[in-house]
Amino acid sequence: MKIVVCVKQVPDTEAEKRLLPDTLTVDRESSNPVLNEMDEFAIEEALKLVEAHGGEVTVLTMGPDGADAAVRKALSMGADSGILLTDPALAGSDAVATSYAIAQALGTTEYDLVILGSEASDARTSLVPAMLAERLGLPQLTFASKVEIDGTDITVNRLTDYGHDVVKAQLPAVVSVVEKINEPRYPSFKGIMAAKKKPVTTLDTAAAGIDAALVGAGAAATAVVDAAQRPPRSAGVKVGDDGDGGVKLAEFLSAQKFI
Amino acid sequence: MAEILVLVDHADGAVKKVTLELLTKARALGTPSAVFIGAGYEAGTAEKLAEYGAAKVYVAEDKDLDGYVTAPKAELLAKLVADTGAAAVLVAATAEGKEVAARLAIKTGSGVLTDAVDVSADLVAEQSIFGGSTVAHSKVTQGTPIIAMRPNATAPEAAPAAAERVDVSVELTDSAKLAKVVEKVVLPKGDRPELTEASIVVSGGRGVGSGENFAIIEQLADALGAAVGASRAAVDAGWYPHQAQVGQTGKTVSPQLYIAAGISGAIQHRAGMQTSKTIVAINKDEEAPIFELADYGVIGDLFKVVPQVTEEILKRK
Ligand SMILES: Cc1cc2nc3c(=O)[nH]c(=O)nc-3n(C[C@H](O)[C@H](O)[C@H](O)COP(=O)(O)OP(=O)(O)OC[C@H]3O[C@@H](n4cnc5c(N)ncnc54)[C@H](O)[C@@H]3O)c2cc1C
Ligand SMILES: Nc1ncnc2c1ncn2[C@@H]1O[C@H](COP(=O)(O)O)[C@@H](O)[C@H]1O
Repeated sequence: MKIVVCVKQVPDTEAEKRLLPDTLTVDRESSNPVLNEMDEFAIEEALKLVEAHGGEVTVLTMGPDGADAAVRKALSMGADSGILLTDPALAGSDAVATSYAIAQALGTTEYDLVILGSEASDARTSLVPAMLAERLGLPQLTFASKVEIDGTDITVNRLTDYGHDVVKAQLPAVVSVVEKINEPRYPSFKGIMAAKKKPVTTLDTAAAGIDAALVGAGAAATAVVDAAQRPPRSAGVKVGDDGDGGVKLAEFLSAQKFI
Repeated sequence: MAEILVLVDHADGAVKKVTLELLTKARALGTPSAVFIGAGYEAGTAEKLAEYGAAKVYVAEDKDLDGYVTAPKAELLAKLVADTGAAAVLVAATAEGKEVAARLAIKTGSGVLTDAVDVSADLVAEQSIFGGSTVAHSKVTQGTPIIAMRPNATAPEAAPAAAERVDVSVELTDSAKLAKVVEKVVLPKGDRPELTEASIVVSGGRGVGSGENFAIIEQLADALGAAVGASRAAVDAGWYPHQAQVGQTGKTVSPQLYIAAGISGAIQHRAGMQTSKTIVAINKDEEAPIFELADYGVIGDLFKVVPQVTEEILKRK
């Protein structure tokens, strides 16, 4: 079974994120770029499926030059090969363009299953997996907390507002996973050394068959008009509990008219 | 005035509050038409949609629309967009709503904006991003604007309209029927308010220690008429169901009052609650990051503080 895992490099989770004042795009320079946390769960799930059913895992990322670090991290966890889709023309792509670019890049390789994270921590849109399924004309098995494969049958538990749906489809399929699904492994020292020798293919738009007019900031179907940082929350009152913490809290709630 | 399509979020016909918020916003943009997909469209459903200003309700009851993951809903909406020449489509910014929006965007060649907290008459959406630290205004520059609005961002206001029923259907393509829902597992839902709709939320974290102990969180919630939330640590430990998870991968809540008990305030948790109006934290660790957000923090043992505040609230009522 051939699995492609789509991973994104994002600004460090802990860092204050902001938009650049001139381009109104996410500031990716001022903080350490990291592999999107949710995508580690996608990689882990792919590795587990391959351990159980055989096959290989390719990681695919679209991003700036330095995004190969995200690919290397996935390789050090155990993925077999990588694809880095990078081209200045792609900068500023929105979800519509990103899903198109990824769909085209997927066309350069073979796969039975594509696994994504259910959300990137920077823009937090959760749009790309469903858009990708739509573009590829493949079954959409998103927000999965459990994945089972039996031959070409795939069954997932899809988390919903009311509990979960059990969803069935045939491979090839597009899956996105939630963080309930597994516990991602840490790269071992051996894994990190081995990753250095694993093959990574770099694609530009032409090599991926992407029409450059359909991607990048110029083609985006949405535009940020303006943005402003909200003043940080001002520090509030902090009280110790000398046996009357609950009473004091009730007084606060009462003063604020909650009771 | 152009039609504004509003995808109705409902549970077997019971209309969710977010739909009323969407209808309220849609009235400023054009003439709202509700789109009801699935089973359970009854007199009460129509009444609610009428009360909040739906001029028309497109009703699509075909079982297949609900029996496969999101794609059929997007096909129906795409058809309605084409047939009505709608000026915009509003959906709730839930996992399901955003995915329907995603597919609709590809089908109609449109842009989609997620997590909007407001929309102005010229279809500029206000978005609260990076966990609420930045306010951005964005617009769709191609196709029919699709905007996913965050629940609880605006107050619903009644403005009665006809809610004229128009039955609709769509010939689904094979590719809309690839991911079949073979079973719906519905967890029992108590009578507490829905998490994303509630004006007060009381959440418990790892500090609560066990599923049984969540009773004290629930008692405080009930004293305040609040919904109950949980951190991922509490959900993963099996103490509370996943629908209650607040945070990056759980629900985003924006209530008038958020009370966090035994929650450290990891960035992923804050991402789902830091736009709450008033934040209260109860934690025995003075250094817990949740205190950086709290308007009122009690440094103490939640097993003492929570029952005491509950008792005090009941006394004052
Ligand atoms: C991809 C990803 C997604 C995530 N998504 C989410 C999400 O959506 N929501 C979420 O919440 N987390 C999420 N997390 C997890 C997050 O990073 C934290 O691990 C989690 O929020 C911690 O939960 P907690 O605060 O309950 O537990 P802890 O961090 O363990 O904090 C427990 C707190 O309770 C206090 N405490 C203990 N006993 C008592 C007592 N008797 N009285 C008072 N205080 C007490 C402690 O001092 C401590 O501060 C995510 C993580 C990842 C990697
Ligand atoms: N530039 C990208 N390159 C590769 N995968 C991506 C990219 N952007 C998004 N994804 C995938 O899509 C998932 C959801 O992202 P989003 O829809 O942006 O929240 C991520 O967890 C990734 O798996």
